[in-house]
Amino acid sequence: MTFLRVTGLTKSFGGVRAVDGVDFTVRANDVFSIIGPNGAGKTTLFNLLSGLIAPDAGAVILDGEDVTGLPAHQLATRGLSRSFQNLQVFFNMTALENVMVGNHRHTARRFLPCLLGLPSVRDSERRTRVFAEELMHYVGLERYIHAQAAAMPYGALKRLEIARALATRPRILLLDEPAAGLNPAETAHMDALIRRIAEDGITVLLVEHDMHLVWSVSDHILVLNHGRVLAEGGAREIRANPQVVEAYLGHRARER
Amino acid sequence: MSNQLLQRHGGLALLAAIIAAGPLFLDNGFHYNVAILAGLNAIVCIGLNLLIGHAGQISLGHAGFFALGAYASAILPERFGFHPLGALLTGALLVGLLAFAIARPILRLRGHYLAMATLGMGIIVSIVLDQKVDLTGGPDGMVVGDLTLFGQALRGNLAWYWLVGALLFVTTWMALNLVHSPVGRALKAVHGSELAAAAMGVDVFHYKVLVFVLSAVLAAIAGSLFAHYNGFVTPDEASFIHSIQLVTMVVLGGMASIAGSIVGAVALTLLPQLLADFHDYEMIVFGAILMGTMILLPTGVVPTLAARIRERLA
Ligand SMILES: Nc1ncnc2c1ncn2[C@@H]1O[C@H](COP(=O)(O)OP(=O)(O)OP(=O)(O)O)[C@@H](O)[C@H]1O
Ligand SMILES: [Mg+2]
Repeated sequence: MTFLRVTGLTKSFGGVRAVDGVDFTVRANDVFSIIGPNGAGKTTLFNLLSGLIAPDAGAVILDGEDVTGLPAHQLATRGLSRSFQNLQVFFNMTALENVMVGNHRHTARRFLPCLLGLPSVRDSERRTRVFAEELMHYVGLERYIHAQAAAMPYGALKRLEIARALATRPRILLLDEPAAGLNPAETAHMDALIRRIAEDGITVLLVEHDMHLVWSVSDHILVLNHGRVLAEGGAREIRANPQVVEAYLGHRARER
Repeated sequence: MSNQLLQRHGGLALLAAIIAAGPLFLDNGFHYNVAILAGLNAIVCIGLNLLIGHAGQISLGHAGFFALGAYASAILPERFGFHPLGALLTGALLVGLLAFAIARPILRLRGHYLAMATLGMGIIVSIVLDQKVDLTGGPDGMVVGDLTLFGQALRGNLAWYWLVGALLFVTTWMALNLVHSPVGRALKAVHGSELAAAAMGVDVFHYKVLVFVLSAVLAAIAGSLFAHYNGFVTPDEASFIHSIQLVTMVVLGGMASIAGSIVGAVALTLLPQLLADFHDYEMIVFGAILMGTMILLPTGVVPTLAARIRERLA
C-alpha cells in the first residue's frame, strides 16, 4: 500500500535547482532510504516533505491526502515527523522536556486551562511525562532523563531527536543522517533502533551516508544526484546497479 | 513531578509570606510607594519575561503598552464616563488588539523584527501622547481619578499595597501554571529552535502572537493601576528609557525565571531611590547594569543563585 506519493517536486534556491522534478512512492512500513552525494538535495527534499519550506512545483500526497504546502505543524498533526541533520535540539530544556514537546499535539494545551493550572492539565502533564520517559528508554537514553540537553554528548542528542519525533506519535518518520558523527558502537545501536521503529509499524524515510547502515536497514533505495532521481529500486537492485556504483557508491567506497 | 510541584507551591508560599509580612517592615509612605511601584513593575516583568526569557522574542516598547493602559484609565473615566474598572478592562482589551495587530505581520518573520517594530511602536505612542494635547494634556500629563472598587474609592498606601500584592500573587501563580504546562513548554521550544518546534507540531506563529499579546495586556493592566495610584500620568511612561528599564529588570533577575522577574523588578525599583542624583545618570546606569548582567551573569541573578544552591546540595 502506498503511504507517501511525491510527484514532480521542485525547489530552487536562486539559480540552484536543489530538488528538480522528483517522483517517488513509499510503501507503508518500508524503510525507504535516500542516498546521494553532498548537495544532492536530500535535506531540501526532507524540508519540503516536512513543510519547513514550500515547493515551487509538484505535489505531496500523504496517505491519500494532498498535503502539498502545508506548514510543518500541520504535517506533524497528520503523523509526519523528523529529525535534523544539524541538531535542532531545544538546548534550553532538559532531555525529557525535549521529548515532551514532541507530544504537544496530544496534550491539554488550551490556554485558559493551562493558565489556571486545572487538574485536566496536570493529568495531561503526568501522562506526557510518563510517555516521554518510556520513549527515553525506547531509544536507550534512560540515564539522561533528568539531564539538561545542553550537557549531553553528541551521539545521545541524535537519539534524543528521534525520541522527540516519536513523541508526536508519527506514522512516518524522516531521519536525516542519524548516524553522522556516531562511533561504530553508536551506529550499531542506531541500526537496531531504526529496525525496531520500522517493526513497530512506522514508515521510515532515511537519509544517510553510512552505506553499511543503508544496506542493512533499507527495503527500498532512491538515489538522488543534482536534485534529480538517478536510480530507484530494492536495496539489492541498487547495489547491483553499475550506474549508481559508478556515479556515487564507487567513489564513496574509494574514499573509505 | 511532585518535586517540581512542591517547588512551585513553596515559591508561591514564600511570595505570599513576603507580601503578607511587608507592612511589618514598611514604616512610611515612601516605603509603601516603592513597594507598590516594585509590585507593579514585577507584574509587567513577569509578562515580559514570558515573552523574552521563555519565547525568546525581544520587545523594546513595552512601556508603550504600559502607558496606553495608564492613559486609558486617565481618559476614559474623565472624558467618556467609564467606570474605572471598565476603563482598565477596555484599556487592556485595546492594548491586546493593538499587540495582535502589530504581531500578526511581524511575527511571521524570523529574527529581530519584533524588537524594531516594538521600538517604533513605543516611540509613536509617546509622540501621540505628547501631541494630542486636547485628549492627553500633552507633555504636562493629566490627572487621574480614583480607582473605585465595590463603590469605594481605593485610597491610602495600605489599601493599594494589598491590591497590588494580591494581583502580583495571582499573576505569579498564573505565570507558573503556564510555564509548567504544554503552553509554557511550547514557548521554550520556540525559543530553542523554531524549526524543531514546528516539526514537533507546535504552531510557532500562534504561540509567538499569544505570548506577545499576553505580555502587552499585563503591561496595560499594570499601567492602569499605576495611573490611579499615582493620580497623574505623563507621556514619560511610554519613553524608551522606561522600556529599557523593564528589559533590564528581566535580564538582571533572570531569563525565563518568574522569581527572577520579581527580584529584578524590586531591585531596580529600589536602586534609583537609594542613589541620590540618580536621575541624571539613569540611562547610563541601566545600560551599564544591562550590559554587566549579560556579560557577568548571562542567565541572571536568580537562575545563577539557584544553580549554585543545587550544586551545594548535590
Ligand atoms: N536555504 C538554502 N538557501 C540556498 N541554497 C540552499 C539552501 N538549502 C540548500 N541549498 C542548496 O541546495 C542544494 C542541496 O542542498 P541539500 O542540503 O539539500 O543537500 P544534501 O543532499 O542534504 O547534502 P548533504 O549530504 O551535504 O547533507 C545545495 O546546493 C545547497 O547549497
Ligand atoms: Mg543534508
